[in-house]
Amino acid sequence: MSRMRNGLLGLSALVVVGVVAVAAVALHKPEPQISDALAQRKPDVTRGAYVAVLGDCVACHTSKDGKPFAGGVPFETPVGTVYSSNITPDKDTGIGTYTFPDFVRLMRFGVTPSGGRVYPAMPYTAYAKVSDEDLQDLFAYMQHGVTAENAPSRKDGMTWPLSMRWPLALWNIAFHDDSRFVPDVPKDTAWNRGAYLVQGLTHCGTCHTPRGIALQEKDVNGTSNLFLSGSVLDGSSPINLRGNIGDGLGRWSVGDIAEVLKTGVNIHSAIAGPMAEVVEHSTQYMSDDDVKAVAIYLKTLPPAPDEGRATFAASDATIKTVLAGKETSPGGRMFMDSCAACHRESGKGETLAFPKLAGNPSVLSADPSSLIAIILNGARLPSTAGAPTGLAMPPFGWRYGDADVAQLASFVRASWGNGASAVTADEVSKVRARVEPSRAKAQPLAASTDRVTAGAGSR
Amino acid sequence: MATVNKPVDVVIVGFGWTGAIMAMELAQTGLSVLALERGKDQDTVPDFAYPKVVDEIAQSARNGLLQNLSQTTVTIRHDKNDRALPYRQIGSFKPGTGVGGAGIHWSGVHSRVMPDELRMKSRVIERYGEKFIPPDMQLQDWGITYDELEPHFDRFEYTCGTSGKAGNIMGKIIEGGNPFEGPRSREYPLPPLIDPPTSVLFAKATKELGYKPFALPASNASRPYKNPYGCQLGPCNFCGFCSDYGCINYSKASPQTTILPALYRMPNFSYRTECHVLKVNTDSTGKKATGVTYVDAKGAEFEQPASIVVLAAFHLHNVRLMMTSKIGQIYNPDTGEGTVGRNFCYQMIDSVNLFFDNKTYINQFMGAGGVGQEIEEYMADNFDHGPENFIGGGVIWGRQTGNGPVRGIPVPKGTPTWGSGWKQAVKENFLHTGRIEAQLSNMAYKGCFLDLDPTYKDVYGTPMLRMTLNWQDNDLRMSEFFGKKLDAIGKAMGATSMSGRVLKRGDSWDTRAYQSTHINGGTAMGADPKTSVVNKYLQSWDVSNLFVLGANVFAHGIGYNPTGLVGALAYWAAANIRSTYLKNPGPMVPV
Repeated sequence: MSRMRNGLLGLSALVVVGVVAVAAVALHKPEPQISDALAQRKPDVTRGAYVAVLGDCVACHTSKDGKPFAGGVPFETPVGTVYSSNITPDKDTGIGTYTFPDFVRLMRFGVTPSGGRVYPAMPYTAYAKVSDEDLQDLFAYMQHGVTAENAPSRKDGMTWPLSMRWPLALWNIAFHDDSRFVPDVPKDTAWNRGAYLVQGLTHCGTCHTPRGIALQEKDVNGTSNLFLSGSVLDGSSPINLRGNIGDGLGRWSVGDIAEVLKTGVNIHSAIAGPMAEVVEHSTQYMSDDDVKAVAIYLKTLPPAPDEGRATFAASDATIKTVLAGKETSPGGRMFMDSCAACHRESGKGETLAFPKLAGNPSVLSADPSSLIAIILNGARLPSTAGAPTGLAMPPFGWRYGDADVAQLASFVRASWGNGASAVTADEVSKVRARVEPSRAKAQPLAASTDRVTAGAGSR
Repeated sequence: MATVNKPVDVVIVGFGWTGAIMAMELAQTGLSVLALERGKDQDTVPDFAYPKVVDEIAQSARNGLLQNLSQTTVTIRHDKNDRALPYRQIGSFKPGTGVGGAGIHWSGVHSRVMPDELRMKSRVIERYGEKFIPPDMQLQDWGITYDELEPHFDRFEYTCGTSGKAGNIMGKIIEGGNPFEGPRSREYPLPPLIDPPTSVLFAKATKELGYKPFALPASNASRPYKNPYGCQLGPCNFCGFCSDYGCINYSKASPQTTILPALYRMPNFSYRTECHVLKVNTDSTGKKATGVTYVDAKGAEFEQPASIVVLAAFHLHNVRLMMTSKIGQIYNPDTGEGTVGRNFCYQMIDSVNLFFDNKTYINQFMGAGGVGQEIEEYMADNFDHGPENFIGGGVIWGRQTGNGPVRGIPVPKGTPTWGSGWKQAVKENFLHTGRIEAQLSNMAYKGCFLDLDPTYKDVYGTPMLRMTLNWQDNDLRMSEFFGKKLDAIGKAMGATSMSGRVLKRGDSWDTRAYQSTHINGGTAMGADPKTSVVNKYLQSWDVSNLFVLGANVFAHGIGYNPTGLVGALAYWAAANIRSTYLKNPGPMVPV
């Protein structure tokens, strides 16, 4: 009996110790160290504005038709909807009362001044890599270069227990690497600048690195060949940015990568979907040196493991079959009817106008979500200073059912030398469920919607 | 009471080709520019998305992209002694509406102007004597030269990515191009489109007959093309849906494909759709425009103050706005006084269908609006008119624009008009039918004019524009001359039978049937304020901060499709506003 009681007591003690330990972790507020040198440094607001562009803060913190950085953008995550916060210098609803250490704590640890936790949808996992100086300039810009807006945060749409934020402290212990970027000294300045940007400010891994069981990025330091090896996210499949010949950037030059980031289009492909917004808000404004540095770094990433990945070896077998009038598969016939006018029977598209499908990493990615989403919903290229048109592909989801789209996508993934797996109607159905509600949202004239006052005459 | 909007520097009425060009060129100077468009907003996607836009019933039969005649239309009569009646169904000409205007549904044929045509009166007098001009013809020079316009033709072609082959680069005649054209400063931005079967046969036959055929200049891109604004075109795939349709493929030059994406990025530019402009407002002197008054889709009236007003709407609307705004004097055919509405002209087309044997494939299921071969031996004054006794000329071409069941499939003479006999003929001929045409100038006449209808008003309570126009003997003699040429070319092409329509003396203008859509004139440009409405800079003689663009400034009809000249004139006007007017606002030509 006493042994039993002792046992229970012991167990209770363990539970208490556990709870206390967890509470200690949960309530622990990291104290960022600000060096004297940094404290003496005069922050540069203009540079800070550029840091904000590199970090693409506006993408997540400015809602459609909303004021810049006032937050309220919804993010559909696998565990519920999260809304971005107001990061204008408003004292009540924004970050107007933040001190620089408060800002650093949030950017590197995901912890607010009150000790609260932010979901890692905010890529503090990448921003931890950002240098002191960049953070300081960014903070100066957010405090002095941005107009304060009173806009209370929206309540997140998560259900208990995921609505509890304290377990994120445990998540941080398990998965968050809060170390700064460490230059690789033997490598040159451009490579190091590229690595710094990719792993840090431009947070490419947030979308392009596969995630583990707890939704953690499998590599945030670029030390393994899983880093940037492609992922699946919100009805799209961010491509593999490593050196694979099929689904990666193996056939792209440094110049090709720089061009696509600058203009949204290059001789191989064009950018659509979520990445189009990144180009529109961020990469097109990057300096030529920075874009090139990013490209130089990406080109040094060796291929990811090949198993399960598509191959590509240019072939004229498909075009020969087509020209002989022998392409009679349902997918092939749909392609000739609805796609070939632009993408051509050769699958080679037209330079800078209509993207190639032959050897296109978005077509070849292991997960076909992006390809399916584009067929269903259409796509619009970003409008950039260098390529303002923002060419658009119309949607075909209203016209083709799941089985049709599966056949069409399978044809595209297996023609002209493309060697990617077939697509199933079930996969199409899943993507359709994710992307078609958004079809109702207008996707017109990205740059001009605010200027059309149909018949109102009031603006 | 109209709500008064915040003033802008420039208000542009109409947002088609000329409105887009002027908006871009003036916005680049930093001025605040606002375009008001009566129609809806539209863009390649979603509005011209495949396959919905290639609907022959919606576009060709029901004119989905054209002015809604139930809102506002014109009245038409052949002669000033007739009673004009409202035009209730579009047939003969095609007023565009909506963002992009007629730049959406045009074919893409992109010519310049023959240097002689801008000074046809002087040329005729020099070569044939003044008596050669029929007494009722109101021939007048345009007050501008080809050389002045050349850089602006060039700019518009490089905006559009026009496909063609130069025939004269700075005076050097180039083999394979148009040997008659005025000198151009450089080659076309893109090479010609691939010739479809009609054009191959046409080129071969005309060459055998001693002509010099060449590729029709087409703003249907033959290659991917990025224009100086950075806008990207993709190559034409010959789908055969150009005229009447928005291009599915970013291939046909339109404001949307060549200017608007870059314009929309400029923060000092804005536009409003479904805003119908009622009039240009002037101050108490009547010499200065203060802005415009418009009605929005809800019927609310607004006044838009502006320092510069640009009329860039469709031809008919520009002319009527001058009249309803009481700027200048309306032309009176009895006294010859007044200029607004004077020299209203059209264009003529003679069209011949060619039926070939079943081994000659023409494949009318494909084509492009501007693709073809043409000859210009009988254009403008490229030949001796003395023995023929008419003034004017035109192009003869073998285009292949695509045919479809609703647009009408030609069948040989004698075919039943319905039933199994008709079906059999369609089946036998569809793949083996071509077409050749002559498109001819229409001169200006004392009795052909525009004014305000005394009876009919539109939905806004504004008097309708009244057209008084019919074919005149000079032009019909020309048509008969061209009819013979078409006949000879058709036979040389190997047609087994031919049928078509060639206008002959005694024929009247049929407003129901499609023919060339290119109406022009009514606010002529010129050097003399007694016979023109705008000076050579397209600036109103009466109101110096009002500029009037469009084919309505033509002094008389020309043989070419007008878009190339209309676009070049807009660039010319914009360039002179930038270089001269903005520095020193006021009349650019002393009155």
